[in-house]
Amino acid sequence: MFLRAKRLTALALGPVLMLFGLLHAGTVAAAAKVNEVNMSPGATDVGQSIFDLHMTIFWICVIIGVLVFGVMFYSIYYHRKSRGVTPATFHESTKVEIAWTVVPFFILIGMAVPATSTLLEIYDFEDAEMDVLITGYQWKWKYEYLNESGENVAFFSNLRTPQSEIYNTADKGEHYLLEVDEPLVIPVDTKVRFLVTANDVIHAWWVPELAVKKDAIPGFINETWTHATEEGVYRGQCAELCGKDHGFMPIVVNVVSKEEYASWLSEKQAEAAEIKKLMAQTFSMDELMERGKSVYDRSCAACHGANGEGGLGKAIADSPIATGDLSGHLEVGINGVPGTAMQAFGGQLNDVDMAAVITYQRNAFGNNMGDMVQPIDVFNHKKG
Amino acid sequence: MIRISANPAIDTAIKLVAVAACMFAFVFVVMVPLYNVLCDALGINGKTSGQAYTAVQSGVDESRTVTIQFVATNNEGMPWEFSPSQTVMKVHPGASNDTVFTAYNPLPKNMVAQAIPSVSPSRAAAYFHKTECFCFNQQPLEGESSAEMPLVFIVDRDLPRDIHTITLSYTIFDVTDMAAGAVATR
Amino acid sequence: MGDHHHGPAKGLSRWLFTTNHKDIGTMYLWFSFAMFILGGSFAMIIRAELFQPGMQLVDPLFFNQMTTLHGLVMVFGAIMPSFVGLANWMIPMMIGAPDMALPRMNNWSFWILPPAFLLLASTLFMDGGAPAFGWTFYAPLSTTYAAPSVTIFIFCIHVLGISSIMGSINIIATVMNLRAPGMTYMKMPLFVWTWLITAFLLVAVMPVLAGAVTMMLMDIHFGTSFFSAAGGGDPVLFQHVFWFFGHPEVYIIILPAFGVVSQIIPAFSRKPLFGYDSMVYATASIAFLSFIVWAHHMYTVGMPIAGELFFMYATMLIAVPTGVKVFNWISTMWRGALTFETPMLFSLGFLVLFTIGGFTGLMLSIAPADFQYHDSYFVVAHFHYVMVAGAVFSMTAAVYYWLPKWCGRMYNETMGKTHFWISFIGFNLTFFPQHFVGLAGMPRRIPDYALQFADFNMMSSIGAFIYGSSQILFLYNVIATIVAGKPTSDEKVWDGAEGLEWTVPTPAPYHTFETPPKIDPSHAHS
Repeated sequence: MFLRAKRLTALALGPVLMLFGLLHAGTVAAAAKVNEVNMSPGATDVGQSIFDLHMTIFWICVIIGVLVFGVMFYSIYYHRKSRGVTPATFHESTKVEIAWTVVPFFILIGMAVPATSTLLEIYDFEDAEMDVLITGYQWKWKYEYLNESGENVAFFSNLRTPQSEIYNTADKGEHYLLEVDEPLVIPVDTKVRFLVTANDVIHAWWVPELAVKKDAIPGFINETWTHATEEGVYRGQCAELCGKDHGFMPIVVNVVSKEEYASWLSEKQAEAAEIKKLMAQTFSMDELMERGKSVYDRSCAACHGANGEGGLGKAIADSPIATGDLSGHLEVGINGVPGTAMQAFGGQLNDVDMAAVITYQRNAFGNNMGDMVQPIDVFNHKKG
Repeated sequence: MIRISANPAIDTAIKLVAVAACMFAFVFVVMVPLYNVLCDALGINGKTSGQAYTAVQSGVDESRTVTIQFVATNNEGMPWEFSPSQTVMKVHPGASNDTVFTAYNPLPKNMVAQAIPSVSPSRAAAYFHKTECFCFNQQPLEGESSAEMPLVFIVDRDLPRDIHTITLSYTIFDVTDMAAGAVATR
Repeated sequence: MGDHHHGPAKGLSRWLFTTNHKDIGTMYLWFSFAMFILGGSFAMIIRAELFQPGMQLVDPLFFNQMTTLHGLVMVFGAIMPSFVGLANWMIPMMIGAPDMALPRMNNWSFWILPPAFLLLASTLFMDGGAPAFGWTFYAPLSTTYAAPSVTIFIFCIHVLGISSIMGSINIIATVMNLRAPGMTYMKMPLFVWTWLITAFLLVAVMPVLAGAVTMMLMDIHFGTSFFSAAGGGDPVLFQHVFWFFGHPEVYIIILPAFGVVSQIIPAFSRKPLFGYDSMVYATASIAFLSFIVWAHHMYTVGMPIAGELFFMYATMLIAVPTGVKVFNWISTMWRGALTFETPMLFSLGFLVLFTIGGFTGLMLSIAPADFQYHDSYFVVAHFHYVMVAGAVFSMTAAVYYWLPKWCGRMYNETMGKTHFWISFIGFNLTFFPQHFVGLAGMPRRIPDYALQFADFNMMSSIGAFIYGSSQILFLYNVIATIVAGKPTSDEKVWDGAEGLEWTVPTPAPYHTFETPPKIDPSHAHS
């Protein structure tokens, strides 16, 4: 209720806010502000350059606009027929016409100079200290840290906002639609190069405050970079229409200190090693169910419903697959159902998570199969 | 002006229909081939040549080292495990280098794949020569088997001096259906 | 054409088989208005869903179908046919011709349109739904990943492309061959000039669009790989081909609007158009430049820097001829004797809002800044300022301006002015806040958004409902005028209006200028 009241107040004050906001655009904090009216300079030098360029062009346009509209409104007021004026008959003036062709040309050159230098700044891809491969999927992002020695750290980053918030059965959180299960983590004061590609259709990776927007094109690799100078959490979204859930594949980037980044990375590497170890392990029903629930909420609930009731996908509760033959269920989970929205999750979930989520689906939402899947079963199923 | 019809309006109309027909043809006979030629020549989009490089480089430039990163991506619905055997190589321009990518087909059926190369920065593409590459042809692989797929390449001596790192990405597509039907058209 | 001296045939066959430019013009205008309402109702669904954060009314896939159909219907069904209709009505009367040069083809180019759009709308009921890939239909979302309705969509694009090409050929043939003796090119009204240039643009680029969808069709059904990387193709190629069509298309929409405004502003300023010659040259330069700027829609696809710079500089150049036009219009008003009837109000609305759209266009042309603007609501705001406040406002002005000549009855001025002010306020309330959310980071084409964008989106939606409902007033005003407006028989309905169309009786008879008028050679352009 509070939110709504606030919104209505803002609505009434809208036009005032607009002016106020524009005039104070230069002093924008990094945090997302409600009713922000201008671009943010963000947390990078390039972002600051772009912002300055944007404001320069904006003010040039404002000045031209004031002059042009000033003349127009002067004419509207003073050259009204009701004032009893006799219309003039002039209809050309070579001098004036040449002037207003040439002068704008020079103004444009004045704009092109800073624009070119900012573009050159953006196109300087060299000397990056680390590389992250970003792959767009319908409808999530995959981040892979390219590592010169040893295994790459890779993970998917999914929307974390629950369906209940989207479909208005729960209150919306602060970062509604702009929160993910696993953010990209990069160190501060480091030039990070992003290699951008896609798995299916064209996406675009956009984080306004990092001054990065690049199309992710299947089969092709694009590069871009950022150099964040302030620690913080920066949020963005997919910017190229990529199908049904285009609006639901946000980007969250944690910019942390170099030390924090180093420890995060080694933790991720350890985690990867741990998964490898877990693959060989046998789990209890409780362990599988607990892990399975978190995997389900992250990867399945969007289509199949938080309680397995179905939605865009079929219901899991009482489904012939989840209550049928185990290998059939594994097959659907791992290889998907061709020609439908049910994707192959075999490449996205590790074997432990796959085992857990299949077990969970067979024993939750009223399903009561009682059987368990171990990572080794998933591994064997993949082998055939 | 040539007159096609005695009726001037019909004459104008016929000429304009010809213009429209030419513009339609322009898309197919000019825009598409020209785009491909420009991409090959200038490395727009990081496309590399689809043919083996046969020219000989005039010796190795040992004065500088270029870092080559390898990246592998699976396109949607491609279940193979596909990865470079080395993620990074340091090479001298002009020298011939070889490496392999490994592929494993986990499904119990024969499949055919096509790997599509892409180079970043894109302006390096024109200087990245492959003398041998699995991407020149479609790659069949029997079910549940693996293969090593070779790549031999030379970085041109004329590579701009400000480029120190080149990323070579392969995206692997499942073209089993396409290969069964006909040879894929370029 | 033996029936030259008869009036119109009776009943349905009058409309089905008519070759009369006024009948066909009327049908185009009504058809485009129907499409405007259809496309507008799609927009209302979009704005209703975006009224608040969270999904309330439609599912995300249907939302995408709405954004796609809204764009397609408005661009190809509403704006373009409306100007073709206006051209049909006015060009023969403005150049002293008895009819269009190719009347039978004129009939066909209209009558293939309604079935095409009916078919397009019917895809909403198909399995998998209507096209949901945006009006720009980027591959591979529109090929490999599209619903089966994409084939119908391709067919519709072909049909409406053929219709546009036929319409343009007719306009060019008419202007080139049927001008009254003494009506030299540099004496033609500016509306005729802008349409002549537009028609050449259409003949040049509609076939390119046809080529693009043909390649899609072949990729989908015949195993080629123009746009699929797997077979050696390239999805970015699609964007190049599409925008090679798409950018000239933008000017196809706006140039006739320039023409309309160039007729109306002098009429209500009671003073000749300032800088007629430079207006013609500016129009031609804009048309020429439109062919070399297409990739400014693609700054983020990863072009080499040389490409970015070329397209940025070329795009910025467009500001010069566009500026010339705006300055000329204002100079036309300068020291005139202005009155503010509805057509003038809409033209002034056009002038102010189109100029604002021009400014944001200039901002968007700056490649480095575009990395932040691209595909955000800032772009949505920009192109609605030029498409709606540009094309639609000028079209509305044209209807009010020429309606008395068409039907011999005056519209209700108070209602017209009310329509203007509601439209003006509604439009700005809808689209001005979209600049803000765009700059603040809201991507376009999303069915739901983060909470910080909520207030401005609600304003936008309220504005859209206001603007949408103002069109009902417009419809009522037009129908009331036709049925029961105050009859007028003044040849010159507006005292400041110039041009041959104001020399024929009011209402304009079924056939005009069966003998060509005499043009006073000393008289400047109209």
